[in-house]
Order: sequence, then C-alpha cells, then structure tokens
Amino acid sequence: MTKHKAMLIDITLCVGCNACQEACKTANNLQTGEEKSLSSTAYTALDEHDGVFVRRMCQHCIDPTCASVCPVGAFTKTPEGPVLYDEDKCIGCRYCMQACPFQVPRYEWSSTYPRVQKCVFCHSRISKGLQPACAEACPSGATKFGDRDELLKEAAERIKAEPSKYVNRIYGQREVGGTSILYITSVPFEQLGFKTELQEAALPSLTWNALSKVPGIVTVGGTFLYGIWWITNRRTEVRKYELQEAEKRSNGNGTH
Amino acid sequence: MKRFLSKLTFWKTVAGVILLAGAYSTVVRFFGGLGAATNLSDQFPWGLWIGFDVLCGVGLAAGGFTLAAIVYIFNVKRFEPIIRPTILTAFLGYILVIFALMFDLGRPLQIWHAIIMWNPHSVMFEVAWCVMLYTSVLALEFSPVVLEKFHMTKTKTFVKKITIPLIIVGVLLSTLHQSSLGSLYLIVPEKLHGLWYTPYLPVFFYVSAIAAGCAMIIFESFLSSRAFKRGLELSLLTEIARVGVMILGVLMVMKLVDLADRHALPLLFVPQTETYFYWLELLVGVVAPFALLARKKFRENETWLFWSAALIIMGFVLNRLNISITGMEGWAGKSYFPTWMEIMVTISFVTVGFIVFALAAKYLPLFKHEKHEVRVKPEIEWIEDLRSVSQPN
Repeated sequence: MTKHKAMLIDITLCVGCNACQEACKTANNLQTGEEKSLSSTAYTALDEHDGVFVRRMCQHCIDPTCASVCPVGAFTKTPEGPVLYDEDKCIGCRYCMQACPFQVPRYEWSSTYPRVQKCVFCHSRISKGLQPACAEACPSGATKFGDRDELLKEAAERIKAEPSKYVNRIYGQREVGGTSILYITSVPFEQLGFKTELQEAALPSLTWNALSKVPGIVTVGGTFLYGIWWITNRRTEVRKYELQEAEKRSNGNGTH
Repeated sequence: MKRFLSKLTFWKTVAGVILLAGAYSTVVRFFGGLGAATNLSDQFPWGLWIGFDVLCGVGLAAGGFTLAAIVYIFNVKRFEPIIRPTILTAFLGYILVIFALMFDLGRPLQIWHAIIMWNPHSVMFEVAWCVMLYTSVLALEFSPVVLEKFHMTKTKTFVKKITIPLIIVGVLLSTLHQSSLGSLYLIVPEKLHGLWYTPYLPVFFYVSAIAAGCAMIIFESFLSSRAFKRGLELSLLTEIARVGVMILGVLMVMKLVDLADRHALPLLFVPQTETYFYWLELLVGVVAPFALLARKKFRENETWLFWSAALIIMGFVLNRLNISITGMEGWAGKSYFPTWMEIMVTISFVTVGFIVFALAAKYLPLFKHEKHEVRVKPEIEWIEDLRSVSQPN
C-alpha cells in the first residue's frame, strides 16, 4: 500500500533563499525569475512577514475542496498525496478558485485557452521514489518530505523538545480535514497570514448535505405536484360532469 | 436617408450604441482573454457575469415556473392570458444565462464536458444539468406558440398532451436550480460574510426567487402593456402580488430567525460596508415592498403595484450581487468593480432580451392563448392587431 506522502515546513528553519521556487520552476518548466507571490508561473512563493518567511503552495488537502467542486472532475486526489489537475477536462468555471479555503489556484488570465495552475507535489518525481524538487533543493531543512504519519510524529516531537520556541500547533493536521503540507512555527500563525479559523471538518460535506437531498426533492416533489394536479383536475372534471348532468336533467324535464 | 433617420428613435439609438460597445467588448474578451476584458483576478475569480447575468438571470426567470405551477398544477385557469409572455421571459432569461456562461467560462467550447464527465459531488455539476434540462423544458413549454404560428397542428397537439409532465419536470428542475445557485456558496463558510453565509442559503435562494418571479410577472406585464398598448390584467396582477407579499413575509421571518439562530444578529449593527449593503437589500427588497403590498389599497393601484414590483426586483438583484461580490470582498482582501466592458456585455444581453421579446410580441401569438388568425395586413398595424386580440372577447 502506498503511504500518504507529506511535507513538513518548519518556518523557524527557513532562511528565505528562494531555492525552493527556483527548483520548482525548473522541475515544472515554468517561466523563470523570482516571484514574491503565487502566480500561474509560480507554484510556490515565499511570503515575508517581518523577516519570517512562509512558503505558500497548494496544501494538497486529504479531502480536497477543489476536487469536490469541479463539475467535470478535473481534479483528483492521488493515493500518494498529490492533488492533480487535468487541463483537458477543465471548462474554466473557476469554481475551484472560488472554493479553495487556502486561495491557492491561479489562472492564466491573459490566455485565450487558460489553465488553472497550482503545485503538483512533483507527482512524477515522487512516484519514481524521488523527493519533490523543492524539498530536495532546500538547504536548511525547512522543507522535509516523507510519510504523513511520520512527519506528524516528528513535528510533535520538535514542538515537545522545544516548547518555549514553538507554537503548540501543527497547521495542516486538522484544518479542513487535514492537509499534506504541514507547518510548525515560533511566531503565531495568525500573524503570518494563515487562516486560523478554518473548520476541522472537510468542506465538501457542506455542499454534499444539500446535494444528497436532490433525489428526495425530485421524488417527493414530483409525487406532490402530480397529486395536486390530480386533485385540481378531478375537481374541474367533476364540476363539468355535474353541469352536464344538471343540463340533461333540466332538458329531460322540459320534454315531459 | 431622411426616412431612415426619422425611424431612428431615441431608444433605438441607445440600443445601437450599447450593442456596438458590447460587440467591441466581445472581441476583446475572445481575442485577448478574460484578463483583457474583465477585472477578475486570482483573488476574485467570479464577478459581474456570474453575480448578475447568471445568479440574477436565473432568479428573474422564476416567474416562469411559478406561473406555470399556478395555471397548470393548481389549475387556476384565469391566469392563462399572461402565461405565454411569462414563459417567454423565462426562456429568454435562460438563453441569456447560457450566453453569459459562454463569455465567463475560460474554455467555453468545452462546456459540453459536463454532459459526459460527471462529478455528482459538485454543485456546479447540478447547476450545469439544470441549465441544460430546464432550457429544453422551457423551449418545449414555449413551442406551442411557435407551432401555432406555423400551423403545425399535429406537433402542437402532441406537445399539449405532454404539458402536465412537462410542467411538473419544469417546476422540479427550477426548484433544484434556484436552490443550487445558493448551494454554490455553501462551500465558502469562511469567505462569505456572516450576514449572508448560512446553511440555509439554498432555501433562501429558492424562496427569494419565487418572490422575484412574482414581481417579474407584474413588472413585465406592465412594460408590455405600455409598449404594446394592450389592456392590463390588473386584477390578476393584484392576486400575484398577494402571493408575492406572502412569500416576502416568509422570507423576512426566515432571515431574522436564521440570523438569531446563528447568533449573527449583532452583525446587523457593526458599522461597515457589508452591514450597510445588507440593510439596503433588506429594506429595498423585502421590508418596503412588504409594507406596501400588504395593503389592499396599494395592491390594487397600478402605480404602487408597479413600483413595489420594481423594488422587489432591485432588492433581489442587490441580494445576489451582495452574496457574489460585497460579501466576498472582505476575505479576498481585494475589492472588485467590473470593467466597462463587463458592464457593456451584461447590458447588451439585457438589450438583446428586450429586442427578442419585442420581435416575439410582433410576430408570434404571444398575448392570445387560443387560435390566432393570420390576417394579411400592412406591417404597421400589428399594434392594432395585438390590441384587438388582447381585449377580452
């Protein structure tokens, strides 16, 4: 069985060298040049908050919102962890961008045949047993690749070993059902631009609550409407019949 | 030339200018991409075309299924005289929604993918199917008018035979579609402002669409009575207004109970943009028309009835734009205002809708539900013709 892969990003170790972005751009054939935020040509970017660097990228959710909202199923969650996008299926509704709780997917706005762009967790590399390009390039060990269970354990151990240094929280452990990218930090997450109010249940259940009612609405509604029509129609028929009968009777009386 | 100029009235000129600007914007959109024509961005991927064209277009078409249910399911036959124009309005609404989608989708030519690539977990998938199926149903519901025009009696008899199943399917599809547009926003509990985000969004969308549908029937009857100089079915419209005011009452109570239930009532008094827009939407679209239409005196008065319907529609549009734009701006951390090209495309759609409606009124037996005799008459007298057929007996 393939183990669910993940990456642990220890914000305290990041020196802001941008090697991850460079390696990413090379590995994924993206237009080169340093970028300060995610874009359709930057799958990852360093976000600076008072000298602290936070690496942004697709979080590769365990139950991905994008995969659930896409009308044509262009997103898939692979068993190894990566959430992948199939541009041949995409119709360009951008519901994935609207729905992503981490505001990750980027769009090729200036193209006439645009794609949604985001980190692919170097799927082709990790299926060959390699590390993602960014993890391999990271010189300080701020990004570590491995099995999700193992990395969660390691993150907890690092926090336990230095409780005065780390904030006691692993971001990504439980947020919207858990993600494959995990963060630990010494500066509170809310000061680093993280959405800390995200619910713990995966978001797709929110829409599924409504969608699962569709068959019920159709059958009950259909029967109900047909029933009403039957009653009102019957009423009209009966009235018509009664009128006819009354007419006949009065006619019959007349001939006698 | 002089003759041509004299025919060129003010409104025709306005329509021409709008359509020209719309055509230019269309070229920019399709040859330069969405980025060249719109103010959409990675932080704000849905704008005016979704917020107005799709959300409002579908909502304002709700008159179609509401009236169809009243006439055919509840068998209230006295509303039959206004059913054809109402169905046409709904049909045009849906056609325009489809056109708007073709503009808004990044890859419009792939739109058919939704037919074969299924993802039943996606609300957008439900929306796509509802659009396709209900547009087809509306086409069939409207087809007798066209068939009658071309004397295709056999086909018309066939369509008449399946009227009831057709109407039932139409009501069900509308119920699903109206509510699913609300469900679209269920997935953004953190992004959509607390005044609007509720697990009951689909229910609110459905109920408010019925209210807007009633208002549209009234509004559109008034406009066509003026444009085509035909009599106004005031007593019928008063009754529609009575249904509308009941729905508004239900909506108002639901909104308050929902806010209280979510402990969100204090949000009503936080001084910020969202709050002002929420109040505006509530006062214009619900409270004011409710207060007006609740009184018989106003319901039976032509002017008040018209303006109350207009208020409901404005409030409805405001509600949809608030949910799609105002309520999403805070989280996105970016404000959005459409480009003039986005606006022009939208206005062009509305203009085309008016033109097609006028043409249909001119050439099709729209305002008469039984046999329409084709008389050979000079062109201009069609107004006279319409007037005579619209008079009862």
